[in-house]
Amino acid sequence: MEAVQNFMELSQQVVGFIYPNEIEIHWSILIVVYPYITGLVAGAFILASLVKVFNVKELQPTYRLALLTALAFLLIAPLPLQLHLGRPERSYEMFMTPNLTSAMAMFGFVYLWYLMLVLLLEIWFEYRRDMIVWSGEATGLKKWTLKVLSLFSTDISEKAVAFDKKTVKVITVIGIPSAFLLHGYVGFIFGSIKANPWWSSVMMPVVFLFSAIVSGIAIVMLLYMIIMPLRGGKIDMKCLDKVASFLFYAVIVDFSIEVLDFIHRLYESEESIKILSQLVSTKLFMSLVVLQILLGMLLPLGIMVVIKVFKLQEELRKLLYFVCAVLIQMGIFSTRWNVVIGGQLFSKSFRGLTTYKMELMGIEGFLVALALLIIPFVVLSVLIKLLPPWKKEELAGH
Amino acid sequence: MDRRDFLKNICLFISSGAVVGGLSPDAWAKLIHKDYDPAKHYYGMGIDIDKCIGCGRCMQACKTENDVPGVPYFFRTWVERYVIKTDKSVTVKTISTNLEELADSFVEKDMLRSFFVPKLCNQCDHPPCVQVCPVGATFKTDDGVILVDGKRCIGCRYCIQACPYGARYLHPETRVADKCTFCYHRLVRGLLPACVEVCPKQARVFGDMKSIASPLGRFIRMNKLHVLKPSLNTDPKVYYANLDGEVN
Repeated sequence: MEAVQNFMELSQQVVGFIYPNEIEIHWSILIVVYPYITGLVAGAFILASLVKVFNVKELQPTYRLALLTALAFLLIAPLPLQLHLGRPERSYEMFMTPNLTSAMAMFGFVYLWYLMLVLLLEIWFEYRRDMIVWSGEATGLKKWTLKVLSLFSTDISEKAVAFDKKTVKVITVIGIPSAFLLHGYVGFIFGSIKANPWWSSVMMPVVFLFSAIVSGIAIVMLLYMIIMPLRGGKIDMKCLDKVASFLFYAVIVDFSIEVLDFIHRLYESEESIKILSQLVSTKLFMSLVVLQILLGMLLPLGIMVVIKVFKLQEELRKLLYFVCAVLIQMGIFSTRWNVVIGGQLFSKSFRGLTTYKMELMGIEGFLVALALLIIPFVVLSVLIKLLPPWKKEELAGH
Repeated sequence: MDRRDFLKNICLFISSGAVVGGLSPDAWAKLIHKDYDPAKHYYGMGIDIDKCIGCGRCMQACKTENDVPGVPYFFRTWVERYVIKTDKSVTVKTISTNLEELADSFVEKDMLRSFFVPKLCNQCDHPPCVQVCPVGATFKTDDGVILVDGKRCIGCRYCIQACPYGARYLHPETRVADKCTFCYHRLVRGLLPACVEVCPKQARVFGDMKSIASPLGRFIRMNKLHVLKPSLNTDPKVYYANLDGEVN
């Protein structure tokens, strides 16, 4: 009966005509959280790969942090999907009887490939030598945890360490297309739905990818600025400036692609254009025009231009970078919202709009979504404790 | 049929229902009715817009026959009423199964033309829902009907997103995808879908496309036909006669 009450309220807010089965929004806030999280994973990994593959030395202080960030978020990424299923106890069917024509069926395989073969391997080779050294210095539980994590390897000869380094590089080279695959694939899940003109676009995987790179770089920048001082180190301004300038270029590319997509839709002006314009100018105005474009993209772009042109002093730069990174996170979250929720707010009859009323408490509610966004940071703090991204001399050296 | 046979049939029916989940499409049909050969049929439906009077009996019959939730939101089949006014503006409403509400909604002014459009799953020949289902719970039978295996569906709702016709919903009790099956449990016994059975105007015509002599064969010969959203290349097997261009 409560559900009927809910639908009655919702139907009051429907504008125009929707098919009767469309009264319910099927992919809720949890499905907004999922591409947001995987985007952070892919983006953080791309930042890390800049150090190893493209040899951008200035970024070295963010390398390990970026890898651990990617891992922390990747570990949580399947949770929102699992929680959102109507029958979560059957999710294993996705591995047992995958339907090969389904983009979604590939999730488990893409995920495992990325987690097992790319991220865990790279982190293991990167930390192997240190884990052996640290397990020698530590005592008790930590000693044994590190020993287990290093898979009881003991060889820290120059030859072995050189092998580690080479392997890391190879994995990163495989990792870049894998990161592209991971997030491009999430874009494809939406972009391949021909029934939905808001989603159905060949640009979707590309837009997802670049927004992922933007959000990933911004989150690592944010974490670096917060964690480094907390651990008693000093922020390396050369590194920060470099991260910011990569962020700047990524935002420009992302923005251009989204503008291109927008102009293309407007110019082609297909059957759906009326309802989509109505969607953008009413239900999505706040989250798309204000939050995503103005505050999440143009404002940070403007700030970064000011920083570059006026060569501001260090403290002010730090503050402004921080503001930019926060704004960009909000902007990319809005991007995910506008894709996932926005794509369900208009009727496939193209004759009306519906409303999404987010629950507060329920399993697909606000609190669960918030928890899912907080848990990765808890995981990250454990990872950082166990596998410090910066060595003592690095912290003292700055 | 004597009492003994009747009881035997009941037992068979109940036990077959219990194991029906997780079977291949034709095994599914055979289990429901052992003499039924799905390869010999290919089903479709014809709908004559000019005959529909919007009485909503099909909607009620479907809800009763298929245990569709009684609330006025989830439907395996529904009827839309289109009103095009003299200023060319179009209003569309799903007709209510509540007779009082139904009577109220017919008072319109400045009407240019008006008609009813029964909707249901189009049983597409290229079904996007089957393509996207991650676990293969939605499948096409040999006789061309799209079914959902409620025992395998994980409730991810990708099929609901992929259906261009809004024909699917998540069943609030079973938490799996649900949709029109052409009353498959009736078909295999040689019966008509419930909505077709109760239509007082024969606006819905059901039949086997493999037989020219079937009522559907005649419907297809005698009418100019159209399907919904043909540009999406889903190849629906629900054919409309006298469909207005405003309908989508």
